[in-house]
Amino acid sequence: MRPTRVIALAWKGIWLHRLRSLLTVLGIVFGVTSVVAMLAIGEGASAEAQDRIRRLGSRNLILGSRPPPASQNASEERQRTSEYGILRADVDRIRTTIPHVERLATRRNATEKVRNGSRKLNAELAGVTATYADIAMLRILAGRFLNPVDEGQARAVCVLGDTVAQRLFLSQNPVGRLIWAGSHPYRVVGVLDRRGEPRGGAGTGVDDVVFVPLSTMDDRYGKMLVGFKTGSLSLERVELHAVLVEAEDLAFVESVAASIRSLLQRWHPKEDVRLTVPLELLREARETKRIFTIVLGSIAAISLLVGGIGIMNIMLASVMERTREIGIRRALGARRTHIIVQFLAETVLLSVSGGLIGLLLGVLIPYVVSRVFDMQTVVTPWSLGLAFGISACVGIVFGLYPAMRAADLDPVEALRRE
Amino acid sequence: MSAEIVAELVRVERVYEMGEVLVHALDGVDLQIERGEYAAIMGRSGSGKSTLLNMMGCLDRPTAGTYRLTNRDVAELDDDELSSLRGRTLGFIFQAYNLIPHLTVLENIEVPMDYAGVGPRESRERAEALAERVGLGDRADHRPTQLSGGQQQRVAIARALANDPSLLLADEPTGNLDSSTGQEILDLLTHLNEAGTTMIVVTHDAKVAGQAHRTIHMLDGRVDRILVRP
Repeated sequence: MRPTRVIALAWKGIWLHRLRSLLTVLGIVFGVTSVVAMLAIGEGASAEAQDRIRRLGSRNLILGSRPPPASQNASEERQRTSEYGILRADVDRIRTTIPHVERLATRRNATEKVRNGSRKLNAELAGVTATYADIAMLRILAGRFLNPVDEGQARAVCVLGDTVAQRLFLSQNPVGRLIWAGSHPYRVVGVLDRRGEPRGGAGTGVDDVVFVPLSTMDDRYGKMLVGFKTGSLSLERVELHAVLVEAEDLAFVESVAASIRSLLQRWHPKEDVRLTVPLELLREARETKRIFTIVLGSIAAISLLVGGIGIMNIMLASVMERTREIGIRRALGARRTHIIVQFLAETVLLSVSGGLIGLLLGVLIPYVVSRVFDMQTVVTPWSLGLAFGISACVGIVFGLYPAMRAADLDPVEALRRE
Repeated sequence: MSAEIVAELVRVERVYEMGEVLVHALDGVDLQIERGEYAAIMGRSGSGKSTLLNMMGCLDRPTAGTYRLTNRDVAELDDDELSSLRGRTLGFIFQAYNLIPHLTVLENIEVPMDYAGVGPRESRERAEALAERVGLGDRADHRPTQLSGGQQQRVAIARALANDPSLLLADEPTGNLDSSTGQEILDLLTHLNEAGTTMIVVTHDAKVAGQAHRTIHMLDGRVDRILVRP
């Protein structure tokens, strides 16, 4: 029989029982919808996570100071000042003993009241080396970043993060203007582009930060920062809050990470320095995504299996119902294969229509989600192809048995049936 | 007389197993149908006339004996070949019309042509001509449920003629119709036979048998006697 006639006939069979066909196909619809939608949302979330990590710089390693985990040493507990974090000596050790390190950038933080005339806010004052912008991949919106001259002469200049610039200057251009941080004035030389908070980079914020030369900060605050630990009376003394280490090449990131870890183990047994390696985070994120995809695949497989069984069930009922029609067709010259093709076409058309509806919903849901929840979603073409292909396969696999049952009916018996 | 033989049965038997019991539905039937003939098969229910019709319609196969249709031994054909034989060489007319309810008149007539591989345009033209021939040219797009019993049987006859069969088999074609409609159908069949179609009609009705050249009486799975109309 002609393919167009086969399809027209199958469509007639489906249309004859519109409601039943719709209900039958819901399993496939939901199966395909969930695959496409969940993959799109998962893909979007993972792309966002990977993007954030990538913004930390894949060749970089980030050292951050943190209060040591609750100390087991009772005598230390009684000390009123706690001293922790990265030391300038650590930076020298990294610079001199670890190979394949391209550049280093150091940073220390202090919370300060920052003001421009009557506008003020609490911001982080960060003293950084001139290499910081490059290594941390900061984008300059206006003006320039701190340079070696600023650092060498410990000049009173600063670069503003996006939030600070907007709060202090609204829509005006801050470059060339004077701001106050605590009791010291600074000339604004540049403004940074908005970056958002990267994951895993404690003490490496950008948007609500005022950057000044490290040497300037040392002049103003001394080499060691003393501050009140929140919620207690004890004092904290921290030399440096963060160090960015750039490896010469992606290939050296792991060996540099290993060297730094052993160095930290030796000099910081209290675990008051944390090492973050974006490359490793990236690998973890990819692994997480892989597991997510496998779990999703299993869920999808199960729901499509259930959908397929639903279709098979209905097709078996349909074969029973149409026994007489099958008998008539056999008497009029239909071969077994004609009957198989007819019923198979019907199940495949049914499951493929379900697949198409599912695709539509599966594309629509991520769109709505990205609109409503401000999440990134990515509908990948391969997920569409996969879901559609599977739904067609379900039609063939679960349609074959009912179709063969239909074809194997004895024509004489089939004609006798009412 | 050297008339061409369309169908020939030689000592045909058909045995069913009903549990432990063997039922001889056909018990050695010898029969020859000539081209252009109009034969009626009569007999009480259970006499084997329906089994005989199924056998001649290639819907069933003999347990023993030989059935030759247009000189081909049915026993040597596989299922696919039997199917095309049914579609191209035979035409069926049933008591209950057996139209496919969700297809239109034309589509019903086209079914055998679909399976015989007739092209779409030719199939449509032939279906229209056949609908015209059985007097339903103006009902071509109706569905069976919109037609009377007599009209449905006319569609069934048109469908049976679709592939210009060598042998037309009718099983109680007037059984579900009132007598005047039944007479119209019989007239149509007689007309077709006069135009050259070989025809076998299974019936209870002596009036139907009265139209035939020969009447074959069945009894207990055998041919009891054959009456030839003078």
